[in-house]
Amino acid sequence: MVTRREFLKRAGKATAASVVLGTGYLLVDSRPDYPVEKTAARIELQFANDDPILASKLAVIRDNTPANLVQNAVAVLGGIGLFVSKGDRVVIKPNVGWDRTPEQAANTNPEAVAEMVRLCLSAGAEEVVVTDVTCNDPRRTFLRSGIQEAAGNAGAKVFPYTDDDFVEVDLGGKLLSVWPVLKYILDADKLINMPIVKHHGFTRATLGMKNFYGIIGGRRNQLHQKIDQSIVDLANFVRPTLVVMDCYRALMRNGPQGGSINDVKEYRTVVAGTDQVAVDAYAARFLDLEPHDVGHIVLAEAAGLGSMQLDKKTILNG
Amino acid sequence: MTIKTVRNLRRVSQGLFLTLFLALLLRTGFSGVVSADALKDFRLSWPVAVFLDYDPLIAVSTMLSTWRLYDGLVWSLIIVVLTVFFGRFVCGWICPLGTILQILSLRKSNRKAMLGMNLIDSNRWHRYQNLKFYILIVMLGAAIFTSLLTGILDPISLLIRSIGLVIFPMIGWLLNFVSDALVGSGVGAFSSIGGVLGWVSQHALLTIKPVHFHTIIPLGVFFFLILAANRWFTRFWCRGICPLGALLGILSRWSILGMEKDHDSCNQCNLCLKYCQGGDDPDGGVAWKKAECHLCLNCQAVCPESSIKFKLFPNEAADQVRPAPDISRRKVIGSIIGGAAIVPFVRSGDDFKANFNALLIRPPGSVNEEQFLARCVRCGECMKVCPNNALHPTFLEAGWEGLWTPILIPRIGYCEHTCTLCTQVCPTGAIKELTLEEKIGTESSKAVSIGTAFYDRGRCLPWAMDTPCVVCEEWCPTTPKAIYFVEEDVKTRDGNTIKLKRPRIDPELCTGCGACEKVCPVIDRPAVYVTSVGETRSRYNQILLERSMKEDPSLVEDRET
Repeated sequence: MVTRREFLKRAGKATAASVVLGTGYLLVDSRPDYPVEKTAARIELQFANDDPILASKLAVIRDNTPANLVQNAVAVLGGIGLFVSKGDRVVIKPNVGWDRTPEQAANTNPEAVAEMVRLCLSAGAEEVVVTDVTCNDPRRTFLRSGIQEAAGNAGAKVFPYTDDDFVEVDLGGKLLSVWPVLKYILDADKLINMPIVKHHGFTRATLGMKNFYGIIGGRRNQLHQKIDQSIVDLANFVRPTLVVMDCYRALMRNGPQGGSINDVKEYRTVVAGTDQVAVDAYAARFLDLEPHDVGHIVLAEAAGLGSMQLDKKTILNG
Repeated sequence: MTIKTVRNLRRVSQGLFLTLFLALLLRTGFSGVVSADALKDFRLSWPVAVFLDYDPLIAVSTMLSTWRLYDGLVWSLIIVVLTVFFGRFVCGWICPLGTILQILSLRKSNRKAMLGMNLIDSNRWHRYQNLKFYILIVMLGAAIFTSLLTGILDPISLLIRSIGLVIFPMIGWLLNFVSDALVGSGVGAFSSIGGVLGWVSQHALLTIKPVHFHTIIPLGVFFFLILAANRWFTRFWCRGICPLGALLGILSRWSILGMEKDHDSCNQCNLCLKYCQGGDDPDGGVAWKKAECHLCLNCQAVCPESSIKFKLFPNEAADQVRPAPDISRRKVIGSIIGGAAIVPFVRSGDDFKANFNALLIRPPGSVNEEQFLARCVRCGECMKVCPNNALHPTFLEAGWEGLWTPILIPRIGYCEHTCTLCTQVCPTGAIKELTLEEKIGTESSKAVSIGTAFYDRGRCLPWAMDTPCVVCEEWCPTTPKAIYFVEEDVKTRDGNTIKLKRPRIDPELCTGCGACEKVCPVIDRPAVYVTSVGETRSRYNQILLERSMKEDPSLVEDRET
């Protein structure tokens, strides 16, 4: 015969156990998840300097060291103060695609990047981040390109990407919608694009707008299927504060990764401007191409991202 | 110095060597340390494979299988000489696997077999302990016939392979899982902890992405069984299986350090047996089995009657010590013959030369397959160090004989054009050390090829689906590129003509690195894939006439014709 007390105690325990065990059954679900269309917040980046007079200028500086070329190019456009304000968080996006040395011209010149870092810091930038989503192993690529050391010594925070560095956002492009984007870009006040001019087998040229492949992760290997539109979507999404194109050495063949200095031609030039289509159009000439030879330049102009009519630009030679 | 101090010294030594072993294994990877010539070639800054250099079993067996002693293995002479003088101290003082097993066997078990007299009895010498000598002899017999099987059971190889390819990746997976969950929780404090865990996983394990190894289940199960055996027998592995222990046991027969016991003062308390690691009969009334003793000194330290003493030049009377293992000549000869017979047996199988696996893509710098099987100790150093997670242990790709030797699986990771790390760690020269120039070639020398890429035109986007792609061409790292395309006019379904770039391979230039296979957007079965044909190391596994004729003689042995 159980006592009342014991009856209550034991019945209570059994009830409590059932309730606890039963709680798990709240996970009941009749429709397991199937991959659905990704959704993410639509992000509008605000980097662009839309001043039309500034956009009509193109700095083309020749025959100097990479650092001086960058310095002069920024100076003739009106000085770094036009682009970077005190307290800005600046991201510099060089092309650090491949595990190659500076001489092989597959990555942006490290001295040029370092000079840009110094300029931004001198303008009062709170922090300068140098980052890229490399093709080869980011650790190797940032080291061998010389950019880790040069930009780091100049005072930048250098972030070779990791898989944790992405945030899924809606790029709002014609083709590209939700895609993982490097978080440093999303946190920045200003973005300076620092591509290098290179041959590319498929698109014929890797220039400034194509450099934005390096701000996204995910299945980049699918973008080739509609490469021109995806480049334009990215360029439209980013709209950089300034483009400083490294044409010190140009990779003329076997792009975009090269590997032999026999494929490299020295131009000792930097082209800079705020009209990213114009900068690309000008730099294409170093690869013996006309702007209309490069599909994404044509498409970008049609999309209103800038102008490839170089005769309407004021070329500043410093 | 009292015996207890010496025993503590032994414990310190075990701890230090285990720590060093794990530290070196953790540093076996691309650490991003900039050396002076980093812009030319990334070199490892730590001698990560040094434990293998000091392993006499690897030295002796590769000597038998190749009639050469590779490079760093000369260091193992130090261990040989010290063992000849002082016995199996490696097992008790140094071997990291021995230390792990000893720690595991410390755990008090409630199993009947591990209690009271059962434990005492199980720590007496048993016949199964002779098995390790026969295993050793079988393996050396196979080595004489050029098949190096020692690596499967060599404790250093086994531990590097098991921890490097199973335990560390498991830890990495767990860290990433917890880190992702914490970061995903969105709660500030949890996110920060998650971030720290992610950082630890990347920097301590030197992997920027979680690594995945091919068919590690049998490899891991084998390791866990070795660990689990301690629940039934103290250090079962060391006593019964370990071929390195067997070799050191045989070498120790001349050692001048040994046990002297006073049979008369022994009161049969059996404390020595309770703590015995080697199962070498330390108790009074029987002779000490020298070849089994790990010199852990537990017996002397616990003996209440001070009947046991380790000393230099001990009394070697027959009631004191059995200096050599008790194995019969007949069985030794039988083991040699058995070991030798393994080789014609496995090599008469079709997977050696007649019908070998096309996916048997060896790391760059590998010597030809016959030499490779005579050299590779399956330590997994190359797989652990590979920054792209490209190298994996085989299961049956290289035949039964090639179990756990390295292959490259491009779908998981491609061979980084400018990387030579796997060639820097190989302890036996199965992978010849390459400079960057040797690997990627110069104007006067050819690049090292590990295979050739092929297109599956039924799956390739521009070939099969009239869709632009050629990501493979972008990634092809050679100069000039082995992958090229031809622009063709193609009539589409709706009758329009479009221009399509369709890729092709120049087999003369292809190094088989597999970057194309890795990045092919046809993700499950890539439209471009690498097979081993065209590999520099082989003279017969070739497509091209010219390649069959002139090859780097240092990589290709004349034997293989």
